[in-house]
Amino acid sequence: MSELTRLSAAELADRISRRETSAVEVTQAHLDRIGSVDPVVRAFLHLDGDGALAAAAAVDEGLQRGDAATSPLAGVPLALKDVFTTADMPTTCGSRILEGWRPPYDSTVTRKLREAGVVLLGKTNMDEFAMGSSTENSAYGPTRNPWDLDRVPGGSGGGSATAVAAFEAPLAIGTDTGGSIRQPSAVTGTVGVKPTYGGVSRYGLVAFSSSLDQGGPVARTVLDAALLHEVIGGHDPLDSTSIDAPVPPVVAAARAGATGELTGVRIGVVSQFRGEGYQPGVLHAFETAVSRLRDLGAVIVEVSCPAFDYALPAYYLIAPSECSSNLARFDGMRYGLRCGDDGTRTAEEVMSLTREAGFGAEVKRRIMLGTYALSAGYYDAYYGQAQKVRTLIIRDFAAAFEKVDVLVSPTTPTTAFRLGERVDDPLSMYLSDLCTIPSNLAGNAALSVPAGLADDDGLPVGLQVMAPVLADDRAYRVAAAYEAARDATDGDPLWSRVPDLTEDRLSGPSIDTEDRLSGPRIAGVVGR
Amino acid sequence: MTAGMTTGLMDYDEVVARFDPVLGLEVHVELSTATKMFCSCPNVFGAPPNTHVCPTCLGLPGSLPVLNRAAVESVIRIGLALDCSIAPWCRFARKNYFYPDMPKNFQISQYDEPIALHGSLELQLADGSTLSVGIERAHMEEDTGKSLHVGGATGRIHGASYSLLDYNRAGVPLIEIVTKPIVGAGARAPEVARAYVTALRDLLRALGVSDVRMDQGSLRCDANVSLMPRGSSVFGTRTETKNVNSLRSVERAVRYEMCRQAAVLASGGEIVQETRHFDEASGTTSAGRRKETSEDYRYFPEPDLVPITPSDEWVEKLRATLPELPWQRQARVQAEWDLSDLELRDLVNAGALDLIAATVDAGAAPAEARSWWVAYLTQQANSRGMELAELGITPQQVARVISLVRAGTLTNNLARQVVDGILAGEGEPDDIIVTRGLAVVSDDSALTAAVEQALAAQPDIAAKIRGGKVAAAGAIVGAVMKATGGKANAQRVRELVLAHCAR
Repeated sequence: MSELTRLSAAELADRISRRETSAVEVTQAHLDRIGSVDPVVRAFLHLDGDGALAAAAAVDEGLQRGDAATSPLAGVPLALKDVFTTADMPTTCGSRILEGWRPPYDSTVTRKLREAGVVLLGKTNMDEFAMGSSTENSAYGPTRNPWDLDRVPGGSGGGSATAVAAFEAPLAIGTDTGGSIRQPSAVTGTVGVKPTYGGVSRYGLVAFSSSLDQGGPVARTVLDAALLHEVIGGHDPLDSTSIDAPVPPVVAAARAGATGELTGVRIGVVSQFRGEGYQPGVLHAFETAVSRLRDLGAVIVEVSCPAFDYALPAYYLIAPSECSSNLARFDGMRYGLRCGDDGTRTAEEVMSLTREAGFGAEVKRRIMLGTYALSAGYYDAYYGQAQKVRTLIIRDFAAAFEKVDVLVSPTTPTTAFRLGERVDDPLSMYLSDLCTIPSNLAGNAALSVPAGLADDDGLPVGLQVMAPVLADDRAYRVAAAYEAARDATDGDPLWSRVPDLTEDRLSGPSIDTEDRLSGPRIAGVVGR
Repeated sequence: MTAGMTTGLMDYDEVVARFDPVLGLEVHVELSTATKMFCSCPNVFGAPPNTHVCPTCLGLPGSLPVLNRAAVESVIRIGLALDCSIAPWCRFARKNYFYPDMPKNFQISQYDEPIALHGSLELQLADGSTLSVGIERAHMEEDTGKSLHVGGATGRIHGASYSLLDYNRAGVPLIEIVTKPIVGAGARAPEVARAYVTALRDLLRALGVSDVRMDQGSLRCDANVSLMPRGSSVFGTRTETKNVNSLRSVERAVRYEMCRQAAVLASGGEIVQETRHFDEASGTTSAGRRKETSEDYRYFPEPDLVPITPSDEWVEKLRATLPELPWQRQARVQAEWDLSDLELRDLVNAGALDLIAATVDAGAAPAEARSWWVAYLTQQANSRGMELAELGITPQQVARVISLVRAGTLTNNLARQVVDGILAGEGEPDDIIVTRGLAVVSDDSALTAAVEQALAAQPDIAAKIRGGKVAAAGAIVGAVMKATGGKANAQRVRELVLAHCAR
């Protein structure tokens, strides 16, 4: 493995801008790494090697001409979740119904990345339309957790988290509707941030649940996540729900936090997120993390947020309701899959056959759930009631943030579970997002930072830090301080302990190659 | 079922003797904003199919709507002109249903939180009475695309072999204005329906918010009609008739539905709550596809848009932009021109009021402006089977003709010839005078010769004039006018005749 793939994005950008290495070299190193490990982990749905090298060459040419770097991440490669539109690559959302669809436009996030000189390597795997917590709901086969190939990488953004954890990319973009950035980050030992709702434009992010969806960064370090956050964040006139305010100073906060000082910072431990259903190894890692924070000078207090107990059921009414409407447009009339159009069937029959064949089981389950919840006579009892719970959760957060600067909890109740373990048990799958959902419902900022390995199974655990709306920088400061202290104690960063994934180790876990080949596999990954 | 075809119609007089009709009118107005409701595509009619589209109005995955401020200003102005209250806080909702011309398979609309509520519109009926129609609400929504069904006999989806979709119209800003139930119109219900749509059209035109072209679909009316036995106050089951594309059709559709429903009810049948389709050619309505269950649109607040919160300050600023509204203008001109109620009503009914007012604005005296529009131009319109406004002559042109008559350049007779030229598309009045050679002859030397000739030809009359019978001069003036082909200035001719005989 090229040493370049183990460097942080900040370090890579620095070397590229000082022309100690070139963006092309860096990109090639990551493409090589993808070529060797992606057949195993399957983080990518589409790879654009030529486009990436061309973008990297453009960065190098600019620097050669003496232009200033276009951003603090110019020339750094990135893996983009396949839910953001890209004019030069397909966008499938992990669904059969969008197989081969090439959007005519770039999402705002895509555009901002390109303008910043960030090199897009390709599109990453995900649970279909971001619905799931294991990436097993992808129509193109699961992604595997680099820490243990028999385990899931979380979801829905398992592809993005895995790409970063497996050194296929130093940076990735995910989306977080109920935890789809933070939970995969927690179980892959990466940093994942859900910015304040409205902090990152949703224009070109294929909607799952509009009032909850939020794009955000995935990285191996808190500073890298902050650098990426500042590139993609900010007001976008194309998104009405985008906040017209400056991006919180997350890079400055990450740098300040890295000095390890948290004196006087008030940190609340959410009492609802412990106890039954939590893996002992996770709780132990969490307690250790909290005591580290105390050692750094933070004041630790217990905070009760009773409405959080109702967050999960409320979420499973609101998100499916919105998705039932958002996904109505996939009808085979204008783009994507079309089934049964043989000249004998009506438009309605073609729509129905297309949706039957194009959507997977979990997507159908949620469309039906949401359709039911919005139906006349049930709206008040379900959707209306869930919105009231949402208000209560917002109030709990507001009350909590009167007392403390940030809240902390485990990111997810367990470490990575085994592939197939929860596919037939949706409710246990849904529990993966127990701790992450409240911040989606309330719209505040939250991140997951690696909190070591669980002592019972040796797998990564995530520490979730939640901050008020538009105070994303607070979460970064605390996470960066914690990260620095953790690495100082452990001697080496957690990410460096990911198992080697090169070929001689592949004999271990069994991989169903037949299944792997069924997806729209990427030209050029393996041979490069 | 083919109720419309198998059931007969009850005679209209009998209908209104036995039943009270209840109307509800829903008018959709396409706003004439420069761009669409939620994206920056041009909002224009008649472009080649699918040329004014973008990810947002095509509903492509990932696209998002952003509300057009000009559309909100238009609906607030409409609301104010209809005396509605403007909600200080309102939202959009999603109306969910599947149809190929709806790019997202939901329509962004307003549901239980419309922007304008509880207004009224005063109608003047042909007999001079007035009727106030209550306005339930006015709300914003986006238009759908257009389906063109090819191969079917009627252009409807049934029997079509394929359909073409044009999304240029998708996302065009639409305002829906809904009346409260109109009760008590009785036999005048069809007239009331037409008068309402006419008044609303005139109002929207005065506001400058829409082209209000029913023929192009920028103003569309759905007519809800139900009957209840006379004296009852319990509304009957209603039908909603769509595809009513002209003012005349509004009247015909309501009348037809009343006769049809009365026949069904009189024969012991029940009215089915359904959407019906008006056929312009036959003047009848027919049932649309029957819905097995009532449509559940699963409305919920549109999460991609933020609530609209018009401040008092903004609303008052928009109120200040309201132009003189049709009824205000009527009251003003009635006073200014000293018209009786009857005279005013005739002008309104003839569609002449605005034209006269514009002619006055262009410099003509009210009496002359009125005279031209209600006399000669109305004749011309009638003989062509047109509305006055469609004649092809502008108030400015009429005002110019009037000023030329005043200046003596044209006689009334010549002026009519100039107007004929304008109606024939020959150009502006001054050009037509030149091309048709219509200027009045005021040259004394030319006229003097003609006067002398006429006097010589009728010596007995000349003698009468010389004897002091000034009234006899008319005959000589007439002869001169005839000789000059009407181009002579009659006043000047008379002066010359009298001067000649006084010698």
